[in-house]
Amino acid sequence: MVRFLGGLVGLFFAGMLLLSFIWGAVSAVPVVAEYGKFVPPTAEQEFHKHPMQVAWSFSGPFGKYDKAQLQRGFQVYSEVCAACHSLHQIAFRSLADLGYNEAEIKAIAKAHQVPAIDPNTGEATTTEGAPADKFPLVYPNDVAARAANNNAIPPDLSLMAKARHDGSNYIHSLLVGYQDQPAELLRKFPDAKTGEGLHYNPYFANLNLAMAPPLSAEGQVTYAEGQPKPTIDQMAQDVSAFLTWAAEPKMETRKSTGVGVMIFLLFGTVLAYMAYQNIWAAKEH
Amino acid sequence: MSFPWAEHYTPKNPVMKWVDERLPLPRLVYNAVGAGYPVPRNLNYFWNFGVLAGVALTIQLVTGIILAMHYAANAGIAFDSVEHIMRDVNSGWLMRYAHANGASFFFIVVYLHIFRGLFYGSYKAPREMVWLLGVVIFLLMMATAFLGYVLPWGQMSFWGAQVITGLFAAIPVVGEPIQTWLLGGFAPGNASLNRFFSLHYLLPFVLAGVIILHIWALHIPGSSNPTGVEVKGPQDTVPFHPYYTAKDGFGLGIFLIIFALALFFAPNAMGHPDNYIAANPMSTPAHIVPEWYFWPFYAILRAFTMDLTIPFTGIVIIEAKLLGVLAMFASILLLFFLSWIDTSPVRSGKYRPLFKKFFVLLVIDVFILGYCGGAPAEEPYVMISQLAAAYYFAHFLIILPIIASIERPDPLPGSITEAVLAKSTNKNDDAADAVPAAAAAE
Repeated sequence: MVRFLGGLVGLFFAGMLLLSFIWGAVSAVPVVAEYGKFVPPTAEQEFHKHPMQVAWSFSGPFGKYDKAQLQRGFQVYSEVCAACHSLHQIAFRSLADLGYNEAEIKAIAKAHQVPAIDPNTGEATTTEGAPADKFPLVYPNDVAARAANNNAIPPDLSLMAKARHDGSNYIHSLLVGYQDQPAELLRKFPDAKTGEGLHYNPYFANLNLAMAPPLSAEGQVTYAEGQPKPTIDQMAQDVSAFLTWAAEPKMETRKSTGVGVMIFLLFGTVLAYMAYQNIWAAKEH
Repeated sequence: MSFPWAEHYTPKNPVMKWVDERLPLPRLVYNAVGAGYPVPRNLNYFWNFGVLAGVALTIQLVTGIILAMHYAANAGIAFDSVEHIMRDVNSGWLMRYAHANGASFFFIVVYLHIFRGLFYGSYKAPREMVWLLGVVIFLLMMATAFLGYVLPWGQMSFWGAQVITGLFAAIPVVGEPIQTWLLGGFAPGNASLNRFFSLHYLLPFVLAGVIILHIWALHIPGSSNPTGVEVKGPQDTVPFHPYYTAKDGFGLGIFLIIFALALFFAPNAMGHPDNYIAANPMSTPAHIVPEWYFWPFYAILRAFTMDLTIPFTGIVIIEAKLLGVLAMFASILLLFFLSWIDTSPVRSGKYRPLFKKFFVLLVIDVFILGYCGGAPAEEPYVMISQLAAAYYFAHFLIILPIIASIERPDPLPGSITEAVLAKSTNKNDDAADAVPAAAAAE
């Protein structure tokens, strides 16, 4: 009885699926005949590019952050990105990871205004930041952010390097990837013309983003003596490295802990294997 | 947990004797995982995964309890509290990555454990109850994993909660009220997050309870083995301790090495980047996908694209969406009936030439379903998943009973010991012929 009923259920589901398949195949025929593939091509599909691969100092199981690079990246963030993008998961004290000393961190915090309560009136106000504070929001709320940015909200950057596929490379590619829309794209997809107030960038998911190219000229940020030349590519790499640290500040601890754990586990597993062989030595199995 | 063929416990240590007379806990341990549990001597590495699943659950419990000390189940601050754990809690990053990757590894070992059972016929008499409880465990795991994935309150958390509770909305008439009742509102919100957290903390302990029943039920007939031939005497078994504690110790080492590789060197590889974006009810992600371990079932859900109608009238009996939901639940629930669907008297797939071929097909099929479930819901993935899902149902509900009645199984070895000795004789003689001596003897 179980097998009979089960068989009926199986026939029903398999039958419905095969009918759906046949229906899908029949409707797919004209699409495939016209385009040579199952889905009509779109501008995004044909012109979207995967990020360029950069040889980061932090790649690989032993990779570490380059502190000088993180400091340069922080400088780019502060002088360029911070105009619109917040970093609100990160406390000023965490900047010690970048090699800043206590006095420097205090000075950085002090340069930011953070929300506070006026001790005399109880009204909302702002005050100079302290190392324990987090980076303040740039806009008080999303409505203000939209109003100031042509209806597009500049996202918080604290986790950007983990919130996109291949994040570190993605940020770098996006920053250097601005270009004019290819003529071929416009010929193939006349409707996909980049809209008013948008900017063409093949590394962005839908090819057009609201953010104007933030890094537009060599030397836009003045690096300290002895640092590499601030080309657009260099600045983009530095700020990507900084944002990778911002998203994953414990990466170095994680990897070094991992190396120790692996050594321990390999040793323990070899011992366990020897114990296993020893105990079973006299037993055919 | 005493079972019919356990060795009698005679404590040597006076303290143990004292304890055992008042609370027979030493006896329980001795009979369950000690020298008092005789186990077939021929278990292969596929028999490690039960213990590994237990270890995975323990990792989840320990890391989860610690995470709950720092996590805030409030829609306003849940996302930030996870970041607080990652940045400011001592070793918080380790606990959180271990918990997130631990869920994936729990499913990896449980899937291997399930497929071990499917191939070696562990669901057959007299172990039906072990299998039934196993399916209950699997369902509880899926529920727990789904609830847990909502807690970080990222974009995939939010929209996953929306989609999965939306499955219930496919039920006619009462569907939408049920979804609203489950969520505690018309969309996922603070009420949903709070109850999901509460249940996510509760279910693992229910899981632990059912696992105890699963192991208890296992100890009545004792473990199965790769030949599927029952134990015929003491020469067929070895005591669980030290033989299988040693083998499980080695298996555990291998498991932990692979787990640590993921945890320390690629902790986000099995996650989705969108879940690092805070939940936003106003912005739907381009592709809403569940975690990888749900992909095969997600593919079955989305494979149904046609309403069931009365031909030529246009009257819809069951909408495609509801069909998908029913099929997805059916794809798991059918496992409950497996013991009575597959009537072949031969337990192990090793001696079932026809079954073996279809089993390989099933494994490939589930991988294809998994791939399609992770891909966007467009052609050709939908068409491929339709064929794969059709095979999935046909395999369990149509093909298995047919195989059972037409297959001519290979001859079975006379006993476990005979099979073991035949194998080692073959090895020693470097015999070229593949026919085991035991088979010839039969």
